[in-house]
Amino acid sequence: MTPGYIVRRVLLFVLVVWMATSVIFFLPRLAPGRDPIRERLALMAVSGSVMQTAIEEMARAYEEKFGLDQPLYVQYFRFMGDVLRLDFNVSLLMYPSRVIDLIGQALPWTVGLLLTATLIAFGLGTLLGGLTAWPRAPKIFSYLLPPLFAFSAVPYYLLGVLLVYCFAFKLPIFPISGGAPTGTLPSLTVGYMLTVMYHSMLPALSIVLAATGFWALGMRGMMVTTQGEDFMVMAEAKGLRGWRVFLNYGMRTAILPQITSLALTLGHIVSGALLVEIIFQYPGVGTLLYKAISGFDFFTINGIVFFVIVGVGLATLLLDLSYHLLDPRIKRQHA
Amino acid sequence: MAWHYLRRNPRLVAGLLILLGLLLFWLIGSRVVDVRGARPLSAPPDMEPSAEYLLGTDTAGRQLLPVLIEATPRAFEVGLLAGFVGLMIGTVLGFMAGFFGGTVDTVIGGLADTLLPIPALAVLVVIASTIKTNLTVEIMALIVASLAWMTPTRTIRAQVLTMRERGYVEIARLSGMGGLEIIFRELLPNLLPYLAASFVSAVGAAVLASLGLEALGLGPQNEPTLGMTIFWSIYYGALLRGMWWWWGGPLVVIVLLFTGLFLVASGLDEIANPRVRRAV
Repeated sequence: MTPGYIVRRVLLFVLVVWMATSVIFFLPRLAPGRDPIRERLALMAVSGSVMQTAIEEMARAYEEKFGLDQPLYVQYFRFMGDVLRLDFNVSLLMYPSRVIDLIGQALPWTVGLLLTATLIAFGLGTLLGGLTAWPRAPKIFSYLLPPLFAFSAVPYYLLGVLLVYCFAFKLPIFPISGGAPTGTLPSLTVGYMLTVMYHSMLPALSIVLAATGFWALGMRGMMVTTQGEDFMVMAEAKGLRGWRVFLNYGMRTAILPQITSLALTLGHIVSGALLVEIIFQYPGVGTLLYKAISGFDFFTINGIVFFVIVGVGLATLLLDLSYHLLDPRIKRQHA
Repeated sequence: MAWHYLRRNPRLVAGLLILLGLLLFWLIGSRVVDVRGARPLSAPPDMEPSAEYLLGTDTAGRQLLPVLIEATPRAFEVGLLAGFVGLMIGTVLGFMAGFFGGTVDTVIGGLADTLLPIPALAVLVVIASTIKTNLTVEIMALIVASLAWMTPTRTIRAQVLTMRERGYVEIARLSGMGGLEIIFRELLPNLLPYLAASFVSAVGAAVLASLGLEALGLGPQNEPTLGMTIFWSIYYGALLRGMWWWWGGPLVVIVLLFTGLFLVASGLDEIANPRVRRAV
């Protein structure tokens, strides 16, 4: 891996984030129709917290504060400058909390749940997928295929709905919602960690169940195509043991596209899991986004989407940079 | 011949049957059941399934059987429309990049590579939340399609690259065929099975994306859709109130729809990639 490659790859990451942020800025402003601040104020007027006559005045004050009365290009540069400083203004819905603080509180919950569940599903699915395509694996693995097919066809959050109904409503084994019991203060004690884990069991299970099938199918496809390759025949001919051929020759070659798709589908996983959070009212970024959308909290929506983009871009970057560790063929090219 | 092949491809048959079943559910349902029951306040709220209200009613007084009958074709519509538009853009760009190469390839490939890692749902949320006041099924499909062309572009470009150097294309070029003629008469027919498989997965992805938007409450407000029904059931706490009939129906339809699409896609994949066929 040359320094030039690393620099080019980092530049691509910056480009991706810049393009996506521009898309977020321009699309809503080109689309006809909505005026977030006036709408928010109108809602407040309906609920009686603002006098009807004061709305126009307040709207103008807001517009001036956020620069919405300036020409588009001035707004764009101002927006980009704010984004660089991670300043996403104040939440319209939870005024006067700053968007960045709201995201900061929600992010650890999401990352903890997502990262663990995704990695478990990836590991489990890849191994199972490899085994179902391996002719000498025990017969039992081929029976696993139909249920894996079925689960991978269901969106994550729908499995979540079923799990809540079965294991929290009908059989109250697990808590029905939330990230920790209401009223407990976050602390670094073993007891608190245990309750957090207990609360995360069902959401994590719904992600793992749905995603394992997806990874298993991808890995199975890859393993099937490696079966006829020369190096596999060679490994067999050398008389290597079955599990060594399986792990070092089969799995190692077949896993690379899996890693690529881990990076590519991370966005998909994030968005799917956002909905899982909503089902379980988990106090993460998804639930925050949900509240922001229903209250049309424009600044919070933008802030969250920006973080999702950066997160996915960063994951792709890190995985690209770690490719050469995984595939000997790529290592030679960059050496 | 096609019949013979269908008999050897049980996955494709099973998938087609499931999708056909869903279409029949709509066709027969919309003739037998009064679909005006899908409107709010057409029945008493929160009724359990009974002889009168077969799948029960929701908190707004919609009857859920008519809601499902109305919503099922809409999911198909969004998926087919968005999948078609996305695949069309992807095919055109992929062919141009793969066939002409050079600067065209660099620009198109670069654009697809830069846009691909952007999580589609995140951008869709921003767009949909801005124009949600008068969102229709068609506009929703176009929004979804606008971020669904990158994967087809890349895969079709790769396919065209492998075909470009083959003998028959070379001969066509030597015999004086123009670029467009070669694309339409020589390359496209060979790619048809592959395009069919990509189309079905594009439809699946589009349905998934639109359901995600709807479940966040960003779907059409005035038309019953599967995702919006899930959204309302979460919004009104149907899970905690044990109203399984509210979310159960859409869930079953969605699972059937995805299973059907998935089976068809993997069945077509066997036709498109003979390598997979041999091993499965």
